Amino acid sequence: MHHVVLERWSRGASVLHRRDPRAKLAALVVFLIVLATAHRDLAAVGAAMFLLLAGALVWARIPLAGALARAAVVLPFSLLFVGVCWLAGDPARGAALLLKSYLSALAVLTVVSTTPLPLLLRGMESVGAPRFLLMVAQFLYRYLFVISEEAQHMSKAAASRGATLRGATSGSERFHAAAGALAVLFARSYGRAEDIHRAMLARGFLGRFRTLHTLRFGRADGVFLALAVLAPVALRAAIERMP
Amino acid sequence: MAPLVEVRNLRFRYEDGTPALNGVDFRLEAGETVALLGPNGSGKTTFVMHLNGLLEGEGAVEVCGLPVEKRNLAAIRRKVGIVFQDSESQLFMPTVLEDVAFGPLNLGMSRERAEEVARAALETVGMGAAAGRPPYHLSAGEKKKVAIAGILAMEPEVLVLDEPTTFLDPPGQRALAGLLNHLPQAKILVTHDVPFAQSMCGRAVFFQNGAIAGQGPVEEIVVRFGWDFALGWSKSRP
Repeated sequence: MHHVVLERWSRGASVLHRRDPRAKLAALVVFLIVLATAHRDLAAVGAAMFLLLAGALVWARIPLAGALARAAVVLPFSLLFVGVCWLAGDPARGAALLLKSYLSALAVLTVVSTTPLPLLLRGMESVGAPRFLLMVAQFLYRYLFVISEEAQHMSKAAASRGATLRGATSGSERFHAAAGALAVLFARSYGRAEDIHRAMLARGFLGRFRTLHTLRFGRADGVFLALAVLAPVALRAAIERMP
Repeated sequence: MAPLVEVRNLRFRYEDGTPALNGVDFRLEAGETVALLGPNGSGKTTFVMHLNGLLEGEGAVEVCGLPVEKRNLAAIRRKVGIVFQDSESQLFMPTVLEDVAFGPLNLGMSRERAEEVARAALETVGMGAAAGRPPYHLSAGEKKKVAIAGILAMEPEVLVLDEPTTFLDPPGQRALAGLLNHLPQAKILVTHDVPFAQSMCGRAVFFQNGAIAGQGPVEEIVVRFGWDFALGWSKSRP
């Protein structure tokens, strides 16, 4: 499961892992802006940005192949728009979209895989992200594990009663089976959400998440931020000035 | 001496009109450990949810002399800690330490103090070494201990445990019994586990159809309501 792997990666101890999440978030935003606004020499800019991210992942001791594969999770979504661009007679735009979406996903993955989620959310909170949104993100992340476990249990229970996808004779049967399983999973998740809310109230929850984390932005974070902001800006500027 | 918990004529209906509690009277004294026995759907869990205001019915519920009503909820939830049947619902923070500190932080403790009491509670349940681990990596028994630590960190006066032995293997049950026996709080154990209730509780209250059908020493109650087969079965085990 992607979230289990990411969670494990985020608990590393590299220099990049130790940086303040606000520095990483700011660097991410700058990177995404530099990437999104690039139009000239896109292949070269893309290659430079890719090397930058790959270097950061290697520096953080994150398995490069695994990270590159996981970033590809966005491709099916972008391929839809690539197809539209292709049909509209603008394949270059489609290729640019594909490149930018993949590199953006890789950049986000670099930050997420080097920052434990509570710290990341705390960093986002301290720069003004809506608290409610962060709370939802935290629950979503935490209960991905529970819901995926329940899904696995359901799958095993179905298999133990002889159910197989291959056993379904038609696409319609498969669709009905999957829809039924999803409905049960939704009902269970809903029930679980009520239980959790009750357990939170029982422990004095009043609508605001307080955590043990305190963030400290040190000199090393400042140096990191300066370098992480300068690197993509300088690379793009250098490539675009080349004759 | 005033009881820790006093409930008078408590009645409750679910939103669909199904009656769940039909006039329950109950007292819990300081230091007492009481088992709530009874068949599924008899109202035990619904009853304990009234003790810290998770549900609100008709009648009177008082904890340490405070009526359980909206203006007292913060104080009441500090005094009555509920450990839910499924620990998975209770453990939602990314690490064990953060989860145990969740209650103390909600009570307004500083981060330093919350961490201190959370670590102390984890030590009490023998889970100090798991502080930095994510809860989903723990076994069922460990999750139960962490869930109890999360409640102990709030320093409650009454500990309510809903089906505490569910998902626990016999060594886990033994460890839990040992842990609970060392805790000074008054306890209410909602359980179907008669041998466990017998080993822990001085009194049993038997729920039937949303009302208390009888109460007294555990052995007497289980015999009276035909639940003694569980005792005989446990004695006949090798």
